[in-house]
Amino acid sequence: MDNLTTWFNDLLAGNVIFTPQTLGYYWTGLVTTSQLVFLSLVIGLVLAIPLAIGRSSRHRWISLPIYAYTYVFRGTPLLIQLYIIYYGVVFFDGIQQTFLWPILREAFYPALIAFTLNTAAYTTEIFRGAIKATPRGEIEAARAYGMSQALMMRRIILPSAFRRALPAYGNEVIFMLHASAIASVVTLMDLTGAARFVYARFYAPFEAFLFVAAIYLCLTFAILYFFRYLEKRLLAHLKPA
Amino acid sequence: MFDLHGYGPRLLEGAGVTIQLAILSLALAIVLGLLTASAKMSRNWLLHKVATLYTTLIRGVPDLVLMMLLFFGGQMVLNLATDALYDRFGVDWYVNLNAFAAGALTIGFIFGAYMGETFRGAFMAVDHGQIEAGKAYGMSNWLVFRRIRFPLMMRHALPGLSNNWMVLLKTTALVSVIGLSDMVRIAAEASRATHEPFTFLLPVAAIYLLIASVSEWFFARLQKRYDVGFGEH
Amino acid sequence: MKKLLTITILGMALAAGSAQARDYDHVRFGVDVPYEPMEYRTADGELTGFDIELGNALCAEMDITCEWIEQEWDGIVPGLLARNYDAIMSSMTINDERRQTLLFSDPYITIPGAWFAAAGSELEEINEEALSGKSIGVQRGTTYDNYATDTFGDLATINRYSTADDMVLDLDAQRLDLVFLEFVVGKTTLLDNDEGSYKVVGEMVTEPEEYFGEGFGIAFRQRDEALAERFNEALATLKEDGTYDEIYEKYFGEE
Repeated sequence: MDNLTTWFNDLLAGNVIFTPQTLGYYWTGLVTTSQLVFLSLVIGLVLAIPLAIGRSSRHRWISLPIYAYTYVFRGTPLLIQLYIIYYGVVFFDGIQQTFLWPILREAFYPALIAFTLNTAAYTTEIFRGAIKATPRGEIEAARAYGMSQALMMRRIILPSAFRRALPAYGNEVIFMLHASAIASVVTLMDLTGAARFVYARFYAPFEAFLFVAAIYLCLTFAILYFFRYLEKRLLAHLKPA
Repeated sequence: MFDLHGYGPRLLEGAGVTIQLAILSLALAIVLGLLTASAKMSRNWLLHKVATLYTTLIRGVPDLVLMMLLFFGGQMVLNLATDALYDRFGVDWYVNLNAFAAGALTIGFIFGAYMGETFRGAFMAVDHGQIEAGKAYGMSNWLVFRRIRFPLMMRHALPGLSNNWMVLLKTTALVSVIGLSDMVRIAAEASRATHEPFTFLLPVAAIYLLIASVSEWFFARLQKRYDVGFGEH
Repeated sequence: MKKLLTITILGMALAAGSAQARDYDHVRFGVDVPYEPMEYRTADGELTGFDIELGNALCAEMDITCEWIEQEWDGIVPGLLARNYDAIMSSMTINDERRQTLLFSDPYITIPGAWFAAAGSELEEINEEALSGKSIGVQRGTTYDNYATDTFGDLATINRYSTADDMVLDLDAQRLDLVFLEFVVGKTTLLDNDEGSYKVVGEMVTEPEEYFGEGFGIAFRQRDEALAERFNEALATLKEDGTYDEIYEKYFGEE
């Protein structure tokens, strides 16, 4: 352990770019990115489940508005959505006096709102696809048992749809991690924000961006392996024997 | 409908930049994607490894970070090279990466990796018997590729291709962050100057939706063409 | 396969852009706009300001042509190194940290930095206690960013912006408690533009020299010593023949 600390100190000694200060920025950046991505994914997921059920509804007055929402949020760049929410909230007269302001004042929450709405739209469509692909046999079996629509949704359709959605949802999680890099545009010190700071201060693009690229790469692989593990466990019964 | 405060022409110009950038990057991505797919399917061990490394690395890192790395770092590498030319041999010329070229190269480079996967899957889905039939007719490898493998592959590749194009289109918005005056950047600039974000950002969002809808229609037609001769009539 | 090759070569030619020789009868300046009154655009789109007028006068004196290329601050040094332009004349403070990368002309003006806040703000002075927990706006990569980060980075939130406009917008929106920038720029964009809404907090900032250096200089690539020397000579001439004073008075009044 001592060897390791000495080695680390030697590595940093005489290094103008990777000082304890800049490493501190990368660390807070990692924390901010993780919080932002994790929270938006969790809230987005919670929103997406009822939305996906509504989107699969036979009543057009339920499914159409939800389709419009997912179409708009999937059809426009997240950057624009972020700009609209970040700059837009300010222009509601008197918002600064309301209880919402302490929240919206920080760049974190407008970014969180934009990311959440975005990922909820994608996740809704992923789940809708999975619900639509429910094998007829499973539904007929449930009906034969005399299950109500709600019970069937809860016990049969949703659990099987979740499993089918898993690979696509794993991609969405990685997509969200990568998309979160734009948070630095609205002053958030996320991982990319830390890299931009280091770059602007030391004019060292390789050190600044390669380092942060390596961190993102590790995070991506961690997510990838987590979902592979989940798939192995949850989809084992679908594997050809 | 909207009072654009005189920013209208510049916004249109920006929309032009966005569309040009998207189409140029797409062309580059398709070329790189085809090369990558061939490398991955080749029996050459080294080619296979290089292609795999390329697709893995690119897909593991955010677009924006790659864009900044290539835009800011790529130029530095070029400079080192041209400075060395000057110092050693007195050759006095330099290569200048402008924001548009850097944007198109970066996006093309990134989506080349995604296209590579799409094309590889599609090539593998082509019925081998068709290729053998072509060879039996005495077609050269290139002719087999052009007349048989490529058109058949496209049928399988189109859904993925169309999906990649939609993502690519939205990715072009990121070039505004590295300084290219596309429509997102001009809209953001105008919103700051006039303090009216909705006036500029909402129409730009609408343009993206419009391009996406037109593309959807176009790809649906294309799919019909490549589906000729296959099932469901 | 030939088609593929042609497309690839076309792409590379496109990336190559322009190839030019390094002779300086034409100088391209990198400049971060708007930064009123140092560099900004008038309503009809014309680029003007103290830096612009002085720069043009210098070029006229040296009998060369010059051109202004807009570049946001956080990419302005890399842009110079990348030869997107040949010099930076954009209110750049000369200091030792930058000297490691750049070559500077003699200083052509000295302007202090200042802290600005909304007129109603209870902030009266700048010290660790007063700034604790506040949010401070700076332009990314400026001397103001470096100073604020190193001095108050641990106790206040530093928000970094690409352009001065962005920063003013967030001060307006009350997302920021304070902004830290050049006094004349803050005066023009905040105090004069929206009278009574903003105030200067504390003293003008010219120290420590480690950050705020000796004043503003024109920055060059380190290998362009001859060019810097020519600019220094031209600057000396303009100061002697009164052209410099004329431009100075136009923007900042009597000395």
